[in-house]
Amino acid sequence: MTEHALDGAAVRRTWHLAEEDQDHSTDGATLLGFWIYLMSDALIFASLFAMFGVVGASYAGGPTPREIFDLPLVALNTAFLLASSITFGAAMPHMEAGRVGATRFWLVITGLVGAAFVGIELYEFSHLIAEGATPQRSAFLSAFFTLVGTHGAHVTVGLIWIATLLVQLGRHGLTPAMKRRLMCLSMFWHFLDIIWIGVFTFVYLFGVIR
Amino acid sequence: MTDQSLLKTVFGRLTWESFPLHEPILFGTFMVVALLGLGIVGAITRYRLWGYLWTEWFTSVDHKKVGIMYIILAIIMLLRGISDAVMMRVQQAIAFGSNPGFLPPHHYDQIFTAHGTIMIFFVAIPLVVGIVNFVMPLQIGARDVAFPFLNNLSFWLTAAGAVLTMISLFVGEFARTGWLSYAPLAELAYSPDTGVDYYLWSLQIAGVGTTLSAINMVATIIKMRAPGMTMMKMPVFCWTALCSNVLAVAIFPALTAAFFLLMLDRYIGTNFFTNELGGAPMMYWNMVWIWGHPEVYVLVLPAFGIYSEITQTFTGKRLFGYTSMVYATVVITILSYLVWLHHFFTMGAGAGVNSFFGIATMVIAIPTGAKIFNWLFTMYRGNIRWELPMMWVLAFMLTFTVGGMTGVLLAIPSADFVLHNSLFLVAHFHNTIIGGVVFGLFAGMVYWFPKAFGFKLDEFWGKVAFWGWVVGYWIAWTPIYVVGLMGTTRRVNHFDDPTLQPYFIVAAVGAALIVVGILGFVMSIVMGFVKRDKLRDLTGDPWDGRTLEWSTSSPPPAYNFAQTPVIHDLDTWYDMKENGYERPTEGFRPIHMPRNTGAGVILAGLALLLGFSMVWYIWWLSAVSFAGLLVVAVAHTFNFKRDYFIPADEVARIEGKRSQQLATGV
Amino acid sequence: MVVMNPTGDIAVQQRNLILAATGLMLLIIVPVMVLTVVFAWRYRSGNRNKVYDPTFDHSTTLELIIWSCPLLIIICLGAITWTSTHRLDPFQPLERIAPGRPIPANTKPLEVQVVAMEWKWLFIYPGQNIATVNELVLPKDVPVRFSITSTDQFATFYAPTLAGMIYAMPGMQSSLNAVINKTGDSWGYSGNYTGAGHSDMRFRLHAVEPAEFNTWVARVQRGGGTLAAADFVRLEQPSTKDPVLHFGAAAPDLFARVLNRCIAPGKPCMVDVMRHDQAGGTPPVGAVGPGVNAAPLNGAKPAPALQKAPEDKGSGPNVTKPAQPGAPGPLKPADPHNRDLSVLLPVPQPGALRAAHA
Repeated sequence: MTEHALDGAAVRRTWHLAEEDQDHSTDGATLLGFWIYLMSDALIFASLFAMFGVVGASYAGGPTPREIFDLPLVALNTAFLLASSITFGAAMPHMEAGRVGATRFWLVITGLVGAAFVGIELYEFSHLIAEGATPQRSAFLSAFFTLVGTHGAHVTVGLIWIATLLVQLGRHGLTPAMKRRLMCLSMFWHFLDIIWIGVFTFVYLFGVIR
Repeated sequence: MTDQSLLKTVFGRLTWESFPLHEPILFGTFMVVALLGLGIVGAITRYRLWGYLWTEWFTSVDHKKVGIMYIILAIIMLLRGISDAVMMRVQQAIAFGSNPGFLPPHHYDQIFTAHGTIMIFFVAIPLVVGIVNFVMPLQIGARDVAFPFLNNLSFWLTAAGAVLTMISLFVGEFARTGWLSYAPLAELAYSPDTGVDYYLWSLQIAGVGTTLSAINMVATIIKMRAPGMTMMKMPVFCWTALCSNVLAVAIFPALTAAFFLLMLDRYIGTNFFTNELGGAPMMYWNMVWIWGHPEVYVLVLPAFGIYSEITQTFTGKRLFGYTSMVYATVVITILSYLVWLHHFFTMGAGAGVNSFFGIATMVIAIPTGAKIFNWLFTMYRGNIRWELPMMWVLAFMLTFTVGGMTGVLLAIPSADFVLHNSLFLVAHFHNTIIGGVVFGLFAGMVYWFPKAFGFKLDEFWGKVAFWGWVVGYWIAWTPIYVVGLMGTTRRVNHFDDPTLQPYFIVAAVGAALIVVGILGFVMSIVMGFVKRDKLRDLTGDPWDGRTLEWSTSSPPPAYNFAQTPVIHDLDTWYDMKENGYERPTEGFRPIHMPRNTGAGVILAGLALLLGFSMVWYIWWLSAVSFAGLLVVAVAHTFNFKRDYFIPADEVARIEGKRSQQLATGV
Repeated sequence: MVVMNPTGDIAVQQRNLILAATGLMLLIIVPVMVLTVVFAWRYRSGNRNKVYDPTFDHSTTLELIIWSCPLLIIICLGAITWTSTHRLDPFQPLERIAPGRPIPANTKPLEVQVVAMEWKWLFIYPGQNIATVNELVLPKDVPVRFSITSTDQFATFYAPTLAGMIYAMPGMQSSLNAVINKTGDSWGYSGNYTGAGHSDMRFRLHAVEPAEFNTWVARVQRGGGTLAAADFVRLEQPSTKDPVLHFGAAAPDLFARVLNRCIAPGKPCMVDVMRHDQAGGTPPVGAVGPGVNAAPLNGAKPAPALQKAPEDKGSGPNVTKPAQPGAPGPLKPADPHNRDLSVLLPVPQPGALRAAHA
């Protein structure tokens, strides 16, 4: 519907933004885009969880969860990952306040704790394989290694990302672009934490209760 | 290490046997393609166009150029896909009784697999993504998409997947499993050769591209609409683009996961989809169809959007029931995610489960029917100009409705028990894909070609294309419905029942007409180019359009809009024309633009190398290319100089030239 | 058109369903297509005798009609779907032999066990102790219960004149209940592509009078030939265009062993493995191997790509060459050398298996 003034002439309108702030057009697009990517990643994990749900009890006469899961080790691993989320959270106020040094410090701690998580997981996997509980042994083991391994691979990518950002923070400081990158990594890191909560609940804890 | 073992380490399972040295047809095709390729490369070198191509096109992050590249890729792959179709039709027309046809099962099975894979992944998806890419940012008044580099990368990843599939024609073999490569047939025990590996790597690489592109489009539509364009003032095409891309983001992870698990089975020996050791092949079926059914709505929703745009332009009226169209689109999007089991009713899920999915499938017919009625009532009391784009819309309305009807028929589980995987089914999905998606994409290409290139397509050849496709479709596929009701199943390369032969001969004639249609389309581009001065579009608005893209010049400048438009109403350009819109002629400011980059080409090239080396078990090359991918990706993040400014006087110059063009018609 | 003119009661009901649904939908489709053509013609720009109303873009009444017409049709179709899906569920025993002819009390259905192989069909009649390849003979007006499985692939068991199709899946048992109401010859096939022999994976269907069925059974029993586990392993080899074979004596537990994938000697049956798994993995007496140290259950799985030694990578030929002489065949069923798809093993002559056992 067009607006018409009482005398029938069309109302004069503004057709263009004459003065525009060039950068606002993409305001928040990066964070929204990364969030959408994270949701797609969540769906990949959902598919892997579904696969685990279907074949999680198909031991094919082979090792069962109770026989292979070392729950104390998993608890330690979980503690590491959750702690790394806390240490990452500790970095964020420093990022907001523009304190590069403190941000980098907490990032390093997060990276070390995350690396400990991956290390323990690799140790667990190699131990299982040496015992004969290989991914090829049964569908349950295939699903276990894939789900937990995919999560570990994501954490490893996160570690590479942390290292890259540490270097870039050293060079560029806390520019708006760097802050956006840290926000994305923060979302990524916490997302992996949530996935891990799903993993140790449905895979490890439910597995030994079953 | 023995000699043999060293050769195997260096070349994997690539041997001299992998090349078609002893197959005359393939060898001949290879020589023709190689000569054509060399000819094109030679011509580009001769006219010194490499620099131009690299800086203006390959590294471009401009959504218009990326969109055009997608469409060019799709048209090339269409030629390959239709060749496969013609070969299948000829084989099925002659292979009766004692005549085995000219394609033994070994070849025929690769051809039908390649046909489906290429048509969906490398023709339909790139065409849809390309058109959305070109049109949507212009329609929402934006200068580019939210993530221009990702856009370029997405295109090159899709192209890498296409190249890997094309390589399989000459080096090794393609899959012989059907276009979805079901387990257990796709497992290593039953398909040990390179076929399924080519399939998986091509589609994983292209799938990453499509997922990234979908994320890009969603973020663009949500965040980058011009001021004043609320969601309910957005063109319907942008609504369908939004819903289609949201759906794509939601479903490609399922396909990625399914292919990933199948790859693990084949490369590491896991037991996800094997028959032994606890494997569950049915899970593969579920995962690919959770992708597969919504995928066809990812394809058809933008086509519906194109029909909406064209109908309202050529009837000279606003689209009937805009709000209802938007709700219908959203409802279709949600429902399409809930129906996947209808692709395997016959697997014995039980009456309750089958009924739920059957009824859910039928319910999608309600919003789809509402859309058809809305187009119908847009035509009602309109002033319809029967130009080529509108002719495609009419062909769609008469063709797609039949396909939708047979779809609802197949949605009844007990009916599906006799029609599952029959040629009736094959006719149904070709009916909806050709009548719905393909007709829409051709309509869109004819409609927006002048905007992209500055001149219209040749009309005579455009009509040859139209009639070839429409008449060809009906002649090719109506007999296939009949043959399906005669109890014929799909993917059969030889028949014993001679009463079927007349139908297949008619179908082959129809296929030939479709080829005429495709060649006609190519000719319309060629002749359009030859006669471009006569077909020139100087106003930017050759069809008297209603949406914002028609306010720009044809082709638009790199920055699309010199000043960001402010939106007041739906059908923005129509509103502007009715209410005394004036182009800005002064007060230009420097425009912030993203810089071109070669990182997309390089990353896709490395991905292609990774895929190829994994197919051929050349592990050292896989490790190198994987490391390369990581290094290049990380290195790219160190590039902070990604933008530049177009100076204000450059903008003024371009806009001044357009003012002159509009005033004098030159 | 056999789907439109079937001879089995289930298939007839499915055909009627197709016709009813089509008719219901044409109620909307035909008017829509007519209106499309009418509007296209009437409102073309060359026509001066039309009303051109550029502001007509909304009408609540029309919207209500537009949404409710398809909705009503779909409600009808939905009801038809629910009832027919439950009535024609392949797992449900039949309720009638033909329209107006309920099943007589105390009728025992004829049991037929179907094994989909590559690329042929094995039919076992456990009650009659016989088996056939690629030939299914059924008595008229007798309810039949099919138990269906497969050796390796997901085929579908489908005889268009008889009833709908259902998947035959390895390690799983599908059921189909059907009856055939007219004598005659027909055919069946697999509705899912399973490899190079798919086009020829057909079986003959003969529907005969019950007396003639008994005669046929007796003839097959007299004809000799046994189908025991070892014969089955030989039969299982990929082959195509197999002629009809008859076996006068089929081992009684054959189907159960095929279903549980324990035909080959020494392989544990899936049902035992699953029982062991469901018990939490602690082995009951005399059951499958103990947990972590158990040997793989199926040593015939091919070596995955990343675990192949360089010499074992094979070749990726552009066209698969004929099978090398000396392909292991039944000695190593999963060996890739058996699976050259361009050349298949020679078709056994009718009676060859019988002669081999003589």
